[in-house]
Amino acid sequence: MTAATVMSGLLAVEVPYWASAIIKVGVVALVVPTAALVLGYVFLLKMMSFMQSRLGPMEAGPYGTLQLLADGLKFIQKEDIFPAKADRTVFALAPLVVLVSTFLIYVVIPTGPDAVVAQLDVGIFYALAVSSLSVVGILMAGWASANKYALMGGLRAAGQLIAYELPLVLAVMGVVIQAGTLDLQKIVTAQAEGEIFGWGGIGNPFILTQFVGFFIFLVAVQAETTQPPFDMPVAESEIVGGYQVEYTGFRFLFFFMGEFGTAFAFAALAAVLFLGGWALPWGDLTHWGFNIAGPVIMLVKVLAVAALIFWFRFTYPRLREDQLQRLAWKFLIPLSLVNIVVTGIFKVVL
Amino acid sequence: MIAEHVAFGIIAAVMVASALRVVTTRDIMHAALYLVIVLAGVAALFLLVGAEFTGITQVLIYIGAVIVLFLFGIMLTRTDFDQDEETDHKRKFPAILTALLLLAVMIGALVDRFEDVKLDANLPGGQTPQTTAQVSDELFSQYIVPFEAVSVLLLAALIGAIVIARREEGG
Repeated sequence: MTAATVMSGLLAVEVPYWASAIIKVGVVALVVPTAALVLGYVFLLKMMSFMQSRLGPMEAGPYGTLQLLADGLKFIQKEDIFPAKADRTVFALAPLVVLVSTFLIYVVIPTGPDAVVAQLDVGIFYALAVSSLSVVGILMAGWASANKYALMGGLRAAGQLIAYELPLVLAVMGVVIQAGTLDLQKIVTAQAEGEIFGWGGIGNPFILTQFVGFFIFLVAVQAETTQPPFDMPVAESEIVGGYQVEYTGFRFLFFFMGEFGTAFAFAALAAVLFLGGWALPWGDLTHWGFNIAGPVIMLVKVLAVAALIFWFRFTYPRLREDQLQRLAWKFLIPLSLVNIVVTGIFKVVL
Repeated sequence: MIAEHVAFGIIAAVMVASALRVVTTRDIMHAALYLVIVLAGVAALFLLVGAEFTGITQVLIYIGAVIVLFLFGIMLTRTDFDQDEETDHKRKFPAILTALLLLAVMIGALVDRFEDVKLDANLPGGQTPQTTAQVSDELFSQYIVPFEAVSVLLLAALIGAIVIARREEGG
């Protein structure tokens, strides 16, 4: 039996609905912490250290690879502390809301012709909608902590996330207009089968025509994940960690996983929207092999985008609140509107 | 259709319970958070009847934006966690009466109109009953006038809000 028949045999097995649902939940539940670990280790610990001419963690495991696992174990052992005046239920639920919002994004990210948890007709729209749920969790955390720094952090976070959600959505519009669909799988296919003035050698990754959208998307993602230079909501030197200030142990770990899990998810969305996703422009897109090669191709592209995001993070100083709002409302949003109009004109003319 | 009925029953029960808590809880923050559950239930019901686009829009607009504005407003204006007496009101019995009357009118109207209407569950090709492309096609052809009217109305509301806010700042 060749590998192809084994694979097609595996795919032909009829799995009952509840079993496939459990498998899918399990896959997502595994991917999110792994993604957070990989990003945390490769970029937060190692890349930042090298950029600052130091080694970073070296003791736990070879080259410090197990450092974050050790940190995770440490967090789980810590006492579960509630502030005396906290609103206990809301305080406990807040990190879960943030984490669930992160998990839900992964549901629609395709990594192969069949390797996707759920292929939705409204794919990218769904991903942006559920990513906006995390604001509710952050506001809950900021309020329930009964701490003025947490409250200020929560308010800053809400103001920032609302402001940058608009350029995020508007930047994606250009891609949607060009591809003519909201379905992430079809956006991947449109890029792999596209042609540049009749030449299909490298397909037509939308970063070539939507480079403005790509730039806006990356800036907005940086702000949506409250990473420096957009870290006003958690600024340690001003409000000692903002809405996270009262959280310890595994609840803090949830916020950490949420932040890096969301960064990974947005990097994956950027890879799908602008870099062609799991597909290569050569070969048959429905071939079963893409279910195995697809995740690898995706990972390479995601890490490339994540490297850009973290490069910004380690390079620029923090923006002031007014600079941050001015950048969103007076620069990014008008620019993305112009981008949509120009894309629309080209779509009609060509 | 049994699975759909069970799902509807669970979602509806959770929604009704949460909706009651929205008006009975003394903590205005909790009221807003119970409202999140009610609105999520509405989105789930839209998904249940196959209106994907409407369901996702419900999440994006109501939970992602409207509720966030509520929470934002509450956090800006209140500072204590104590039971808030202002959430109680001396005219609450007329309010309950009005709400019940409205409920009766809406139930009457909905039953009268949709009593015998059945959703077509067996669409050709296993499609969802309503794709996003269909929604937009209808929106920009058949319903273009109401759509544009709503746009103008929203723009007017936006400008009005800015004018009011600026005047208070000046005076």
